[in-house]
Amino acid sequence: MTDALAPERAAARHRSLWLDVWLQFRTHRGALVGVVVFGLIVVGVLFGPLIHDVDPQYLDYKSKNQGMSWAHPMGTDNLGRDMFAQVLAGGRTSLAVGVTAMALSLTLGTFVGVMAGFFRPLEGPLMRFTDLFLALPILPLLLVIIMLFRDPLRTAFGPEIGIFILIVFVIGITSWMQTARIVRGEVLAIKEREFVLAARSIGTRPHRIILRHLFPNVLSPIMVSATLGVAQAIITESALSFLGLGFPSDFPTWGRLLYDGVPFLNLTPDRVIWPGLAISLTVLSVNYMGDGLRDALDPRIRGR
Amino acid sequence: MFRYAVRRLIFAVPTLLVISFIIFALLDLAPSDPTAQLPLTIPEEVREMIKLSLGLGEPFHIRYVRWLEQFLVNEPLNLIETYWDVRIGDSEQRLRVRSWSTRAPVIDLIAERLPQTLMVVGVSYMVAILIAVPIGVVSAYRQYSIFDQVGTFISMVGFSVPTFFTGTVLIVIFSVMLGWLPSIYDTTHVVEDFDSFIVQVKQMIMPVMVLGLFNAAQLSRFMRSSMLDNLNQEYVRTARAKGMTEPVVVLIHVLRNSMIPVITVIALGLPATFAGAIITEQIFRINGVGQLLIGAIESADIPTVQTVTFIFAILIVMFNLVADLLYGMLDPRIRYD
Repeated sequence: MTDALAPERAAARHRSLWLDVWLQFRTHRGALVGVVVFGLIVVGVLFGPLIHDVDPQYLDYKSKNQGMSWAHPMGTDNLGRDMFAQVLAGGRTSLAVGVTAMALSLTLGTFVGVMAGFFRPLEGPLMRFTDLFLALPILPLLLVIIMLFRDPLRTAFGPEIGIFILIVFVIGITSWMQTARIVRGEVLAIKEREFVLAARSIGTRPHRIILRHLFPNVLSPIMVSATLGVAQAIITESALSFLGLGFPSDFPTWGRLLYDGVPFLNLTPDRVIWPGLAISLTVLSVNYMGDGLRDALDPRIRGR
Repeated sequence: MFRYAVRRLIFAVPTLLVISFIIFALLDLAPSDPTAQLPLTIPEEVREMIKLSLGLGEPFHIRYVRWLEQFLVNEPLNLIETYWDVRIGDSEQRLRVRSWSTRAPVIDLIAERLPQTLMVVGVSYMVAILIAVPIGVVSAYRQYSIFDQVGTFISMVGFSVPTFFTGTVLIVIFSVMLGWLPSIYDTTHVVEDFDSFIVQVKQMIMPVMVLGLFNAAQLSRFMRSSMLDNLNQEYVRTARAKGMTEPVVVLIHVLRNSMIPVITVIALGLPATFAGAIITEQIFRINGVGQLLIGAIESADIPTVQTVTFIFAILIVMFNLVADLLYGMLDPRIRYD
């Protein structure tokens, strides 16, 4: 009786993993708000310059240090540049840095984690290597590396691409350790499971096992690290810019705009508020998304 | 336990050596020239002599070993000499790590600036703990209550908003608009009576709060989840069944057990707070160690950068060790031997 009904019912209730994840994700109100806010910021930053088509670098001395107005929704800076256009342009750079640095650190972290978890002899050296990186004083080192290699890279790749490559690279290679540890832990647990043994017993090559069987199973912690990594990278980049060792003024990010606004705190405090608000909202929404994603991808919470 | 501690200490030595080598190699790779800032009229031979006098004539490995000797042998000896007022060997001839820009020993520069940094970092960390623990306890005890939800939201905001933004916003509100608090931290201020104490408190409020609230946001989340783990344990039910009052159960039984992981997090977070102080010092113009580092980086003062960065590394390694040892001491279930 039940056997006869089972296929039908299964067909009616057919749910994919990602549908389940989405259903659970939807119940996390903060995460939903986070998605909406982050989506709005991304869309605004990407398509905003099409509507508000003021050149962010256009100097208009006659209208410098203005407050909010219809012509300049976020006012102007001390050189008469439109702040709104600058915040939009800065957002493109900030988000681009966040996403690329996260991608780099994730690739590195996953690679090290899978290698350490899957290949026994590599585990010791790779994990010591990870521990060593965790013991490095990251912020001072970032500052040092940028100070030392800023000029050579800028002459090699041009002022804008050079600094972009440098910042993405240094953030990427100093933030992969947590991902590597998490991935290694997951891989260690998964590679003892029967399906990996089965795959191995029919002669599957190690790289096929990794790509086909291990990788899909460690995808969820990687995705959570990815969201949190974007937030962390944006914060790190803006902190570097805030210390004056990030992007130059003519190629600003949110952090740089904030840094440039600080000397004019008395005159035009909104120059600091808007870029700061942009950083904070982005990071907050990304963190909420990460929170929701973590709950949604955790099978112990999902479906309860 | 003792054997474990010794083993970890011994293991920390190569780690630190490798880190110091990485920092040294990185700084050496740099194409920066210490004489680049000097006037262009100085002839080339003089420049070479200046470089030699800075100790740049030797090959890389010799300079590295010399730096190690100066930092690990000469400086501690010097500290002992000044502290106990004794003479060990030929102390005039002993080379110390000297800053390229001021020619003063780097350790003296750090010693000058350390009190300010320690003051701000220490007080803000205390404030963070004092804020975070009660909030974590209450929001775990009343899980999903309005207090918990508001607290979770605020802590989320707290560690999403970067300190350089909260700092500048506080300056805008309290220094620019209200004019209540000074925006610049005056490190020459001496506390001698009540009025000057008030001035000191006023100038410390903002830096301490900025750094403290950021740490409190993270700590309170740890505290909450640790309390939640413990509140469902069976010993809590037993304590209640014995007829103990709620305050005793929560504040003595549960709190003590929940503090174990939180204390390790506190120890682990301390080096990061020193790094966070680099930014706070920049916002409020505190001339602490962080500002020394930033200044040294900007003027390519390699020995200072090397030494300060290495001291940060020592802090991280030491507090990792302290966290592990504390965990073993506080939790009887953890045995390292």
